[in-house]
Amino acid sequence: MTTQIGPGESGPPRPPVPPAPAEAPPPRVNYLNVAYGVKSWLLTTDHKRIALLYLAGVTLMFFLGGAFAVLIRLELVTPAGDLVQSETYNKLFTMHGIIMVFFFLIPSIPAVLGNFLIPLMIGARDLAFPRLNLASWYIYMIGAAFTIFVLVSGGVDTGWTFYTPYSTTYSNTHVVAAGLGVFITGFSSILTGLNFIVTIHRMRAPGLTWFRLPLFVWAHYATSLIMVLGTPVIAITLLTVVLERTLHLGIYDPRLGGDPVLFQHLFWFYSHPAVYIMILPAMGVVSEVVACFSRKRIFGYEVVAMSSLAIAVIGFLVWGHHMFISGQSTYAGLVFSFLSFLVAIPSAIKVFNWTSTLYKGSVSYDTPMLYAIGFVGLFTIGGLTGLFLAALGLDVHVTDTYFVVAHFHYIMVGGAIMGYLGGIHFWWPKITGRLYPEMWARVAAVIVFAGFNLTFFPQFILGYLGMPRRYHAYPEEFQVLNVMSSAGASILGLGYLLPMIYLVWSMRYGPRASANPWQAKGLEWQTASPPITENFERQPVVSEEAYAYAPEEEARVV
Amino acid sequence: MSSVADAHGRDADRHHPDLVHHFESLPAQKEAATFGMWVFLVTEVMFFGGLFLAYTIYRNLYFHAFVQSSRHLNLTLGAVNTAVLICSSLTMAMGVHSSALGRRRATVAWLLLTVALGSVFLGIKAVEYKDKFDHHLVPGERFQAEELHLEGEESRPAQIFYALYFAMTGLHATHMVIGIPIILFIAWMAHRGRFSPEYHTPVELTGLYWHFVDIIWIFLFPLLYLIGRHH
Ligand code: HEM
Ligand SMILES: [Cu+2]
Repeated sequence: MTTQIGPGESGPPRPPVPPAPAEAPPPRVNYLNVAYGVKSWLLTTDHKRIALLYLAGVTLMFFLGGAFAVLIRLELVTPAGDLVQSETYNKLFTMHGIIMVFFFLIPSIPAVLGNFLIPLMIGARDLAFPRLNLASWYIYMIGAAFTIFVLVSGGVDTGWTFYTPYSTTYSNTHVVAAGLGVFITGFSSILTGLNFIVTIHRMRAPGLTWFRLPLFVWAHYATSLIMVLGTPVIAITLLTVVLERTLHLGIYDPRLGGDPVLFQHLFWFYSHPAVYIMILPAMGVVSEVVACFSRKRIFGYEVVAMSSLAIAVIGFLVWGHHMFISGQSTYAGLVFSFLSFLVAIPSAIKVFNWTSTLYKGSVSYDTPMLYAIGFVGLFTIGGLTGLFLAALGLDVHVTDTYFVVAHFHYIMVGGAIMGYLGGIHFWWPKITGRLYPEMWARVAAVIVFAGFNLTFFPQFILGYLGMPRRYHAYPEEFQVLNVMSSAGASILGLGYLLPMIYLVWSMRYGPRASANPWQAKGLEWQTASPPITENFERQPVVSEEAYAYAPEEEARVV
Repeated sequence: MSSVADAHGRDADRHHPDLVHHFESLPAQKEAATFGMWVFLVTEVMFFGGLFLAYTIYRNLYFHAFVQSSRHLNLTLGAVNTAVLICSSLTMAMGVHSSALGRRRATVAWLLLTVALGSVFLGIKAVEYKDKFDHHLVPGERFQAEELHLEGEESRPAQIFYALYFAMTGLHATHMVIGIPIILFIAWMAHRGRFSPEYHTPVELTGLYWHFVDIIWIFLFPLLYLIGRHH
């Protein structure tokens, strides 16, 4: 892409500015040093600063959720339920699930990387509604505060799924506060999605047509659709649970003729699409990274863009695959099974297209690429096992076993978190203006990959052999696999701690980054690292397709 | 941070005072804001949608109980409230219109009239709620289905009807309770002369919100008060 100077100015596009040498001093003013002090952060409306506020929030929640995972895996080292009682164990996996899903995975990539990058990628100065953006962070933090309150005051034990009638009638834990925490944080998600949609529609730079948008932006557009259409449904669902507990509403209460399964329908109507809120942004990251590190335009760009939308749409039609054994009608089961097979197609298209992009590319293996490749492999395993689960007959065998646990961890941990880490590394120089230590980062990526597989692959086998999820004790013959899993988890934990350390280190001691250290395409690389508050010195004008990497491509589009 | 904006000399002179820094022009800013409001209203539709879904399902399952329960709602008060709310939409539309023409006084007057009508609606709603409390038609231990001429099995789903009645109208009323202070704030801004024919987006957005709340009621009224009444 070329930056023309001044909107509407004609004449030949200027040659791209040569990348600044690495030692070049950073611009005197950037979004980080423009103002100092707590107030300048807590009252900022700069999308880049808000992204960093979110980064702090989700990182905190990630390590909190991780602490619960540690306890779970410790308990499962031995077959006997000896570390914690079963009531406590229920609370552990519930807090783990609620924190990881609602307070880490859902906001992670959109609210951190999306927030930071979307205006930069489309050549805008900010999101459409900067104050709303800040408000969404505060709402997120209030929701998180509720959750932390639940945690310190004794926890909640319903599972992250809040199933009725247990949650409404029988549980004696803090369901109301936990439900309200998720309810509240949902609004931060809605506001983020709304902001993205309006921004992407209205604020693209001159010349940046829809089909010139980076795939990261397409992925976030699809994600935002799910956020604004799905999140209100989980909001009303949790609100009714809270009302049922406090005011005895009765709509899920079988004693009054209410139907607890209605809750499951409403819950999964959001929560299946929500899994795509977690994975689509990661797919967007992978598209950017794969293009950059194979120096090629993404193969079948349009199809990859459209497959994001297809996932958003079809994703709303498959929720019943979580309810095959809930007593829903067999015909509904059949239809949901069929539709679940359909939703895998757009995901598969992406996998094939990333792979084809590598073909004849000049591939290099820097850290972001390691994560991207890891993503593709692990997501494929997760997606394929999703298909196993979508097959009615097989699901009856493995539902509520560790097979399901392994399936979604392959996608959410192996996929979404890998994508998140890849993205954080890829754009770290842009965000902080510093380079991270490449050696350490590669080592960490490999550790994450190895640790991940050791943790979760045994769980496929465990589940297939019949170990149910959500119990703190298990028959002795499962111990070896469980010990492997717990060992893997410690390796994985180390893999997550390393980036935490060297990234923080690099903020102070890392070498200064140039504007475009990866020689990547995309508007975000055409402004300084870190960018100025207004993002660009001048309004960028786009005259090229996205990912115009290879010379023959450039020749074609000019 | 204004120092940064000033560094881009073009920002200093070009702008209407209500144009925020990241938009090119007032119309672009207005379009974005209006679009954002529409997206928000879509989320609202989904939000209410959960309750509408529950209503549809339980009405089909427990038709008789729903009909009997519906009969006990006060049709007159419901109809009066519908009229009041529609009028408030009209006054709101007039308020938006006046602000587009730059008529400050008229804008304030129409907005205040809207607030008044909205308050009347809430008042009447309160009377209706009180009646349900008096007749023990609030879901819970003390619920008395005899009032509804329902017995045995049939009496229990009546609680679901009233649960949905309170949830749906309550959520609707909550939206009005949120809307009224917003309108008052906008009226105050109008009074201070903050709006002009070029810039009156906040009035329009408030109007959109208010019409939406109105439309929700247009669905609630027939569903809860009217249909099935003749059975
Ligand atoms: C390729 C498309 C996918 C298909 C066909 C699929 C299919 C399924 C099915 C049938 C189940 C229910 C299994 C059971 O409870 O018996 C399930 C569970 C689950 N899936 Fe997927 N899945 C897909 C993608 C994803 C993605 C992308 C994510 C997350 C980012 C995900 C996360 C989950 C979670 C969290 C659960 C378990 C929920 C719970 O019961 O706690 N899935 N999947
Ligand atoms: Cu699903």
